[in-house]
Amino acid sequence: MMSSVQGLFSIRLQTAIFSTNYKYIPAVFASVAGRFIHHSPECSFATNLDSDAKDTGNPSRKINLCNAVNDALNIALDTNPTACVFGEDVGFGGVFRCTVGLMERYGRERVFNTPLCEQGIVGFGIGLAAMGHTAIAEIQFADYIFPAFDQLVNEAAKYRYRSGGTFDCGGLTVRSPYGAVGHGGHYHSQSPEAFFTHVPGLKVVIPSSPREAKGLLLAAIRDPNPVIFFEPKMLYRTSVEEVPEGDFEIPLGRARILREGSDITLVGWGQQVLVLEQAAKMVKDKLRISCEVIDVRTLQPWDVLTVEASVNKTGRLLVSHEAPITSGFGAEIVATISKRCFLRLEAPPLRVCGMDTPFPLVYEDMYMPSVQRWQNYCRSRQS
Amino acid sequence: MIALSAALRASQAACTSSNAIFRTMSAAAASDKILIEVQPFSAHKIEAPSNKVETTLSELRAHYLFMYRMRRMEIAADMMYKAKLIRGFCHLYDGQEAVLTGIEAALTKQDSIVTSYRDHCHHISRGGTIEEVMAELFGRSTGATKGLGGSMHMYNRKANFYGGNGIVGAQIPLGAGLAFAHKYRKEPNVAITMYGDGAANQGQKYEALNMAALWNIPIIFVCENNHYGMGTAEWRHAKNSSFYTRGDFVPGLKADGMDVLAVKQVVSYAKKYALEHGPIILELDTYRYHGHSMSDPGSTYRSRDEINAMRTERDPIERVKKLLLANGFDAAELKKMDKEVKKEVDDAVEKAKAAPIPPDHWLWKNVYAAPANTELRKVDGGYNTPDYDPEYKN
Repeated sequence: MMSSVQGLFSIRLQTAIFSTNYKYIPAVFASVAGRFIHHSPECSFATNLDSDAKDTGNPSRKINLCNAVNDALNIALDTNPTACVFGEDVGFGGVFRCTVGLMERYGRERVFNTPLCEQGIVGFGIGLAAMGHTAIAEIQFADYIFPAFDQLVNEAAKYRYRSGGTFDCGGLTVRSPYGAVGHGGHYHSQSPEAFFTHVPGLKVVIPSSPREAKGLLLAAIRDPNPVIFFEPKMLYRTSVEEVPEGDFEIPLGRARILREGSDITLVGWGQQVLVLEQAAKMVKDKLRISCEVIDVRTLQPWDVLTVEASVNKTGRLLVSHEAPITSGFGAEIVATISKRCFLRLEAPPLRVCGMDTPFPLVYEDMYMPSVQRWQNYCRSRQS
Repeated sequence: MIALSAALRASQAACTSSNAIFRTMSAAAASDKILIEVQPFSAHKIEAPSNKVETTLSELRAHYLFMYRMRRMEIAADMMYKAKLIRGFCHLYDGQEAVLTGIEAALTKQDSIVTSYRDHCHHISRGGTIEEVMAELFGRSTGATKGLGGSMHMYNRKANFYGGNGIVGAQIPLGAGLAFAHKYRKEPNVAITMYGDGAANQGQKYEALNMAALWNIPIIFVCENNHYGMGTAEWRHAKNSSFYTRGDFVPGLKADGMDVLAVKQVVSYAKKYALEHGPIILELDTYRYHGHSMSDPGSTYRSRDEINAMRTERDPIERVKKLLLANGFDAAELKKMDKEVKKEVDDAVEKAKAAPIPPDHWLWKNVYAAPANTELRKVDGGYNTPDYDPEYKN
């Protein structure tokens, strides 16, 4: 007994030493950097040239995020005969039009409205998934996901574990629009992603552009674990990009580097990535600070190696999200990177996030970690 | 959709055919008793109250005035939303005025009331002014909740109006708590918790019903059945759309929610029952002319014919107007009242437009009470000392 415990300790020590062994870092970094291609000097909306997305070689067309989601759902329903899409008001197309046309194409047995009962929707989805079906549930706004919190945390996340692998609800995907939209107020603007990253057993995925949305959603639906897919509602109409037609997936658990830089690493997800891009451009033009912008895409499990490699290159880290700063997911990133890159960091890692208040209505401008604030902090971190 | 309209028309037809008006004296004076026969009530596990309602001209006048104020306020809110002065979410109550008017006529300000996000009219029914509502919608500091709550969050502590709740169904267990406090303090008051037909499918409603029945809490559950849970018709979201029976062991009554006298009758009856025996459910059959909110045109899931039919045949204000005129009320005075109300609403809108925006530092007031040793972090992680200042003195 004692020897096995000692054995565990020694393994952990060895891993710790290994992780701080800088001899290995440049090699890891080189391969990572080579695979992820960045860009977007001109436009604010990043186009992903991620070479590890399996491309069908099909032509692409310019569509917005909600059409990309619709496209992905169409493909999911087409390729998987057990797939069902359900949620409040999805029949007529949904409040954001992401499910337009699905009921007409696939019928009421596969695409149907539920009553107003989030807990019921998710619980029902878990049961359906436990039978091996693919259940794609929609929670109309992420602010309403809390009645379903028990089902997600206690049922969905733990099903495989507590049944010793006998059962699982991997076929469950919960889609929900999240994030500020300019006038949402307390209950149409929240970003609850941090709550769900704290639950082992769930995956949390957040796209930042139409191509990402389609690829990540298809990967999430097909992932054999329950996934919560938060869609940035502000970008539904405003984010437009060339999205390949046909079936393709973007792997979960891999971050993408949008813009390479050498002075500071900026990490974000969802609609905040847009803010980071704009800030990076501004700061480059005005202050000649070169920022490396990373979109984590998957929050749980997040791509530690990519961010670590980037911070080892730049020496500085800044994480940004809309959710309140205390115990937001930025805290997890900062804590992990602080440990892994401790000797390399030139300045304390910083978080620029929403405030520790309920999401305000009239004060939204003040609350949001916007481009202006970014500039100030990038500047201060540089000095 | 067709089945729904037919059902609605049938209920309306039944109503007008049984509407008989009796006079006790030849000339109608303001305080003369008028006996109106309303549509009979449906009852579940309880005896229905009599459907002959006594009223007076002055009472009808008060009902008319109040409903018309609500109507014009909601129409003004509609126009202001389209002018982009109101932003965010705005859920309008026009069409459902009779429900609130009847409830307030039957209750006192010591009875607590809690409702959903369709709460603009509740603020004025509980003593607020139209200007406060408009200012709140515009997000100004003179608003009902200092501009910090917005359309869905209006409150009035002195008049026991507990809001204004954004999350559907969340107010139902809250109402149970309010009623429990009334009972605990041995007050002869009830709590009314209002929700819609969509919310009637929420699990927490049944939890609240069970608790209320178990502990004999004086609560009245009011389901404002406007037949649509946002975009989904009631027959598509509820297996049993007789919401007054959904309480199972809790008795229920159903009334025509477009008839203010029927609502008043059934609520007074329910109050007596609740104080003696415990919870009761009321289903008030009503209709909203606008969509679910201003972002919803309201016509993708129901036909314009249906909406127009409601307006012409069951409009609550027109019904009271007809009663007033039939009983000898002066048409000219009605016109004068209309004009005054329009002016009141216009003035309120102008005042609200000129009102100041809340100052920045109010953002971190009242997150916590007694905030010693709590620090609210700012966007950059810097600290901000929070403030407990419910009066918003500075």
